[in-house]
Amino acid sequence: MDSYVDISEAMVVEPISLVDWLIVVPVAVPLLFGALLLVFRKAPQTQAIGAVIGLSLVFAAEIGLLMRVLAEGPFSLTMGGWLPPFGISLVADALGVTLALTATLVALVCALYGVRDIDASGRRYGFYTFLMLLMAGVGGAFLTGDVFNLYVWFEVFLISAFGLIVLGSEARQLDGAVKYAVLNLIATTLFLIGTGLIYGSFGTLSMADIARKAPEVREVAPLATIAVIYFIAFGMKAAAFPLHFWLPASYHTPRIVVAALFGGILTKIGVYALLRTLMMLFPPERDMISDLIGWVAVATMMFGVIGALAQSDIRRLLGWIVVSGIGVMLAGLALGSQTGLSGTVLYAIHSMLVMTALYILAGVMRGLGSSYNLHEAGGLYRSHPALAAIALILVLAAAGLPPASGLWPKVYLVKASLDEGVWWLALGILASGLLTTLALGRVFALAFWRSRPEGVAALEAPVGQPVAGYALLGILLIPILGIGLYPEPVIQLTDMAAQGLLEPSGFIEAVFPEEAAVPDVPAGEVETEEVAE
Amino acid sequence: MEAILAVLVGIFFAVSAYLLMSKHLIRILLGAVVLSNAVNLLIFTAGRLTVRDVPPFIPLGMLSPEGATSNPLPQALVLTAIVIAFSIFAFLLVLAYRAYQELDTDYTDDMRLAEPEGDDLPPLRY
Repeated sequence: MDSYVDISEAMVVEPISLVDWLIVVPVAVPLLFGALLLVFRKAPQTQAIGAVIGLSLVFAAEIGLLMRVLAEGPFSLTMGGWLPPFGISLVADALGVTLALTATLVALVCALYGVRDIDASGRRYGFYTFLMLLMAGVGGAFLTGDVFNLYVWFEVFLISAFGLIVLGSEARQLDGAVKYAVLNLIATTLFLIGTGLIYGSFGTLSMADIARKAPEVREVAPLATIAVIYFIAFGMKAAAFPLHFWLPASYHTPRIVVAALFGGILTKIGVYALLRTLMMLFPPERDMISDLIGWVAVATMMFGVIGALAQSDIRRLLGWIVVSGIGVMLAGLALGSQTGLSGTVLYAIHSMLVMTALYILAGVMRGLGSSYNLHEAGGLYRSHPALAAIALILVLAAAGLPPASGLWPKVYLVKASLDEGVWWLALGILASGLLTTLALGRVFALAFWRSRPEGVAALEAPVGQPVAGYALLGILLIPILGIGLYPEPVIQLTDMAAQGLLEPSGFIEAVFPEEAAVPDVPAGEVETEEVAE
Repeated sequence: MEAILAVLVGIFFAVSAYLLMSKHLIRILLGAVVLSNAVNLLIFTAGRLTVRDVPPFIPLGMLSPEGATSNPLPQALVLTAIVIAFSIFAFLLVLAYRAYQELDTDYTDDMRLAEPEGDDLPPLRY
């Protein structure tokens, strides 16, 4: 047998530099630490330390990735040494890395808050393991350059989210978890349907390959169908009207730190996937349904905030605010312009930070003996003025008022809507902002300004002292106020992300460096079979 | 062959949609199982079935198979999807059983513990 085979046609033969391997850290390290924490599950006090070390490593790696993306543009690494599109590529570009970095910061804060919020039994049942596996899924989803792989990462963080949401096994948690689990399963299955159709149409699953083949395939393939299926699937994952009912039914039931994690990160992955697929892969099909996306956006932001106005439980109210924010993000997708997309990405970053901070704030308020119920809350301004100041900034941030981070994305989105002449979208964003101010302003007025209602005793603080909560809110306030007061660097970043979506050539070149040398499709692939037919 | 399987996939989707719209949790779960199998068949069919009897082997000393072979990739995709759907279904079964124990019902209209009916409005003044 001739032992020498030239593998350079199918495999990467040059050695891969150490810097390139950095891109696997956001996936590999959380998986490794998740496994390690499972081994040490009988030592609850080491769990938190392990999780914080793991997430810090990921955070550092993502800063490194961001530096490199800023300096050199998008880059990729294809797994297993196979040449793309046969291996699964991980691709780092401005959009994915920025969102992954923000998500890791949020997860790090949640891991620290879990020290106080999750008791030893919750840790033994795997809070930190699920957290790490969730982050592996999140990191993979933001960095993968392969549609089927994106589906797999969706399932990875979904199953971890199932584990987190039932942690504690209270009856109301199980009630919420049933709705969360069933509806999210249907959404990911719809995603898989779209992915199956993509494979049937393109014979490839690599996003870069799909993006460059789309113009040729457009005449014969049901791309509009795929785009609509993706819109429904990711819209459902992102909790867009009218498929958002699972979110307010479940997000108030788990531990508050779990709610903070979910409210911060998970819905934004749906938005990210919408941007990645509809904007980068199927732009003409997105144009076809852009009016539909616009109306869905307005309905989501309005129904979300009206739902928030009707709630008397702070956690349920926050769930509706999350939904409303998804509507604002969809506005940029509906517009599809550079300014609009930049606003959407900026709003996603803002929403990750602020929603997590608001849930943690609710947890700290509860820890101080106040109630989640607005009928019973009160008196916190007098007893805890510093917390009141933090709460006010967060309320302003969520409402989109200065000096916090919510202002600039809304300015961008309103400007983009008016530039395109879509006045009703601008009106929706402004109206939902006003109503958000009312809904959250009422929380502030009732829980902080007014004195504790007659005949309501302070509740027993559930665990520990809330000092840690203050520090963590402080960590989140740095970027929130930073974006609000000096938005320039972050806006440059989101402009770059939007540019990358509108002009995916950088993404494609990162995966296929020599664009001219399109690899021939070998026998066994779809096209050859059609020839054989 | 594709036509027959496409019709079969359609029937699977119809059955699962019918089951998913039921108000009983156990039927919804059965709907989810049928749905995941519908998708598996869909991926399998989308990968083309024309040369299904030629195994995708690469002869010694060659870099690619000679002529057309059956496509192994959809089977890898389906296998992944089956594993994921199976594990999630196992979780859902336990979840449904625990919910039935705690809530004493599998009728979704009665599962209102997390969102109680007749919930009051927040205080309108103070």
